[in-house]
Amino acid sequence: MVSLLKNRGWIIGFIAAGVLFPFVLPNAYFLHILTLAFIWMIAVYGLNLLAGYTGYLSLAHAGFFAVGAYGLGLLTVKTGMNYWLALILACLITSAVGLVVGLVALRTREHFFAIYTLCVGYIIYLIIDKWDSLTGGVRGLIGIPEPSNIGPISFQTPISQYYLIFAFLLFTILVMYRIVHSLTGRTFIAIRNSEDLARTLGISTMKNKLMVFVLSAFFAGLAGALYASFIRFIGPDIGYITIIFDLLTYLLVGGIGTLAGPIVGTFLIVALSQSLQFLQDYRMLIFGPLLTLLIIFYPRGIAGAYHDWRLKRKSAQRTRPQKEQEYFETEESEKQVKEG
Amino acid sequence: MLELTDVSIQYGSFTAVENINIHVGKGELVVLLGSNGAGKSSTFNTISGLQKPSAGTIVFEDRPIQGAGPDKIVRSGIVQCAEDRKLFPQMTVKENLVMGGYVHRRKRKQVNQSLQDVFELFPILQEKKDQPAGSLSGGQQQMLAIGRALMAQPKLLLLDEPSIGLAPLIVEQMFEVIQKINQDGTTVLLAEQNAFAALKIADRGYVFESGSVVVEGTAEELLANDTVRKAYIGA
Repeated sequence: MVSLLKNRGWIIGFIAAGVLFPFVLPNAYFLHILTLAFIWMIAVYGLNLLAGYTGYLSLAHAGFFAVGAYGLGLLTVKTGMNYWLALILACLITSAVGLVVGLVALRTREHFFAIYTLCVGYIIYLIIDKWDSLTGGVRGLIGIPEPSNIGPISFQTPISQYYLIFAFLLFTILVMYRIVHSLTGRTFIAIRNSEDLARTLGISTMKNKLMVFVLSAFFAGLAGALYASFIRFIGPDIGYITIIFDLLTYLLVGGIGTLAGPIVGTFLIVALSQSLQFLQDYRMLIFGPLLTLLIIFYPRGIAGAYHDWRLKRKSAQRTRPQKEQEYFETEESEKQVKEG
Repeated sequence: MLELTDVSIQYGSFTAVENINIHVGKGELVVLLGSNGAGKSSTFNTISGLQKPSAGTIVFEDRPIQGAGPDKIVRSGIVQCAEDRKLFPQMTVKENLVMGGYVHRRKRKQVNQSLQDVFELFPILQEKKDQPAGSLSGGQQQMLAIGRALMAQPKLLLLDEPSIGLAPLIVEQMFEVIQKINQDGTTVLLAEQNAFAALKIADRGYVFESGSVVVEGTAEELLANDTVRKAYIGA
């Protein structure tokens, strides 16, 4: 509760900035970029819960993103299903895929887990790429409908889509906040800390890890489904490994295992890579060293560095008055000695 | 209450513990003595389910528990307080304790009650309850580790070398607390290198040497035993 109040300023500021942005900067291009960034943020939050809080670095999340996107795309285009039903189903399908993958993947640890999930992600990409009759292969899937109306609210304009995706992002953040600040969240952190120690406390680690994995896949799938209906065209590329490395970069720069990290990192990298567009692929010459330096000096990213800085300042404040108090106490006792 | 019969533990082809027989009665304080690598910690990890025995049976309250998962064993009432004071350093003292009550997480009242009991046993923890566990001193961390184990309300508490790396004065306090926990009704199985201090509070003891039990007996017998005195007490 205390931390909620402490963070209230940040949360209100973020919501206000998100709501007011289209009015302050009425620019279709910026709006498009920011909406896309929101979608990435949702996926990064999913990845963060697993990689950041539980300590399992999954490289299959681009695959899950693609499963969500193709789930929605195929359900709406091929079966003509209602958009919202398809959205829910796409998320559930991704969770189910996550469950199956997790059952096997979570028996491995650390780099084995990373390599295994990398392979899973690549296999998902290959399936999408090669299964021509279902997914359309390299030609991709065209004509995905935009979100259908909810009562009088329609989502035809870019602005309304922006707000819709912003709402989904806020929902994601709320869910993450609730999880991280509950015993469940601390259970995940306990697993990250030491799996054996968690087990000696009576935590069933497999059950908890599987839960995180499925939840994490769910949010990757949600992001993918939103992406499909926002861009309205999807190709197998969205499941390719470059996507997972983009997501990882966002997470590492922002701060792995922090709540603000996904927002900060995604926004910063997206803004930076947009403003450095004139450099084309030479941008990577800037990103590479920057990322390396960041990981060496701030392994918990920007949000983590800010957090540490605040902790240091607070403890400095705490020790100072204490010393003063001690000083007064000794003075007083000296006085007593003289008087006595 | 706890009965280990002919238990052996292997790591690959290496046999860490061979054919040991240990029994712990309800309400007892039993100590496992032995130097580093004698097999005490392996025995503990096997009782708590982190390690599977390669042979033998472990029976707790008339039910075989060998090979069961650690979470099931904790729920049945055996809680291990690991060596090296393993804590969750970024979590606060209180969060660490609540984590220890994980198996009772649906019974809020009970968890709060155990929290009060632990604070009563270790008042310093209440004072520091909102500080990160990593900021505590060694002795306080050990108290927190024991307190966290107590949060699960164990019937049998496994304490693995609680005195390791602590100042002599703190060690003495630690043993007083362990005795108090035992007198309050928790059966305690203690692994120690500090044989003299441990035998002063224990009912019975087993002496481990390279993976097997070489001497066993009541605390008085062990204190009087010449080999034990020479090897572990140095008198």
